[in-house]
Amino acid sequence: MEIPYGVKERPDTGLNNAKLGIWLFLASEVMLFGGLFSAYIFLRTGVDDWPMGSKYLDVKMATLNTLFLITSSVTMVMSWASLKLNDFKKFKLYAGSTLLLACGFLVIKYFEYSSKFSYSYYPSTDNFLGIYFTMTGLHVIHVIGGIAVIAFLLFPGAKMWETDPERFTSRIEVTGLYWHFVDLVWIFLFPVLYLL
Amino acid sequence: MKPEEVKHHVKIYINVFVALLFLTVVTVGISYIDIGVGPGIALGLLVASVKGSLVACYFMHLIDEKKTILWTLFATVISFMILIFVPLSTMFSNAGY
Repeated sequence: MEIPYGVKERPDTGLNNAKLGIWLFLASEVMLFGGLFSAYIFLRTGVDDWPMGSKYLDVKMATLNTLFLITSSVTMVMSWASLKLNDFKKFKLYAGSTLLLACGFLVIKYFEYSSKFSYSYYPSTDNFLGIYFTMTGLHVIHVIGGIAVIAFLLFPGAKMWETDPERFTSRIEVTGLYWHFVDLVWIFLFPVLYLL
Repeated sequence: MKPEEVKHHVKIYINVFVALLFLTVVTVGISYIDIGVGPGIALGLLVASVKGSLVACYFMHLIDEKKTILWTLFATVISFMILIFVPLSTMFSNAGY
């Protein structure tokens, strides 16, 4: 049985189910990360001396990661635009670039975490590192989730383009919304943890 | 969306990308300027908010999204603000304000 309003807009909401569903999910994600930002404010304002992020963290690596995520957001939206223009080859190029940039983000994060561990900096070391590992760790899990979905849609899931192109385009749009949210969270994590 | 509209959007995406790159440089630059912790945090968060708004409005198409989604997000933002201002109000009351 086919789920109704997967692509077509519902008359009551004016949206298709996929789009409304992802936005409701993203709203819950705002509250998830919001709770952690709230905890960060509690920890930071509760002490007189809060360490500068640059004392522990590598700002250059984080800046590079910021560039990776911002670029991946553009390639993601361009992959959707390519499908709208009926250009499947360009979709593959842009979605593949998004995947590579996301993997690049994880590689840099691996080196960052390894560097911290080599100095015996663990989440249990102090409150700053505790909240740093919690927030960036949760973000990394989201990046891994995004990679899994984009990889699926780029390889086995791409067959749908031949059978139901409209639905496939909708899937890419919804995945893009999730991916932009992951980028958006990093846009705030970067200055809050590394620079301020 | 018609192909002409998509092509117009692509141009906007490129412009937003350039703006995001520029604002990333500004974000890093602010951290090197000694303007005090409070103003530094305020300025850093302001730039991050502008970057976040660009991503939400143009990449996530919120600028021309349906009212159902905008109202959902409005409720989310209000809840988020409450979540953020609870610890801040505690801080102010502890400081005797």
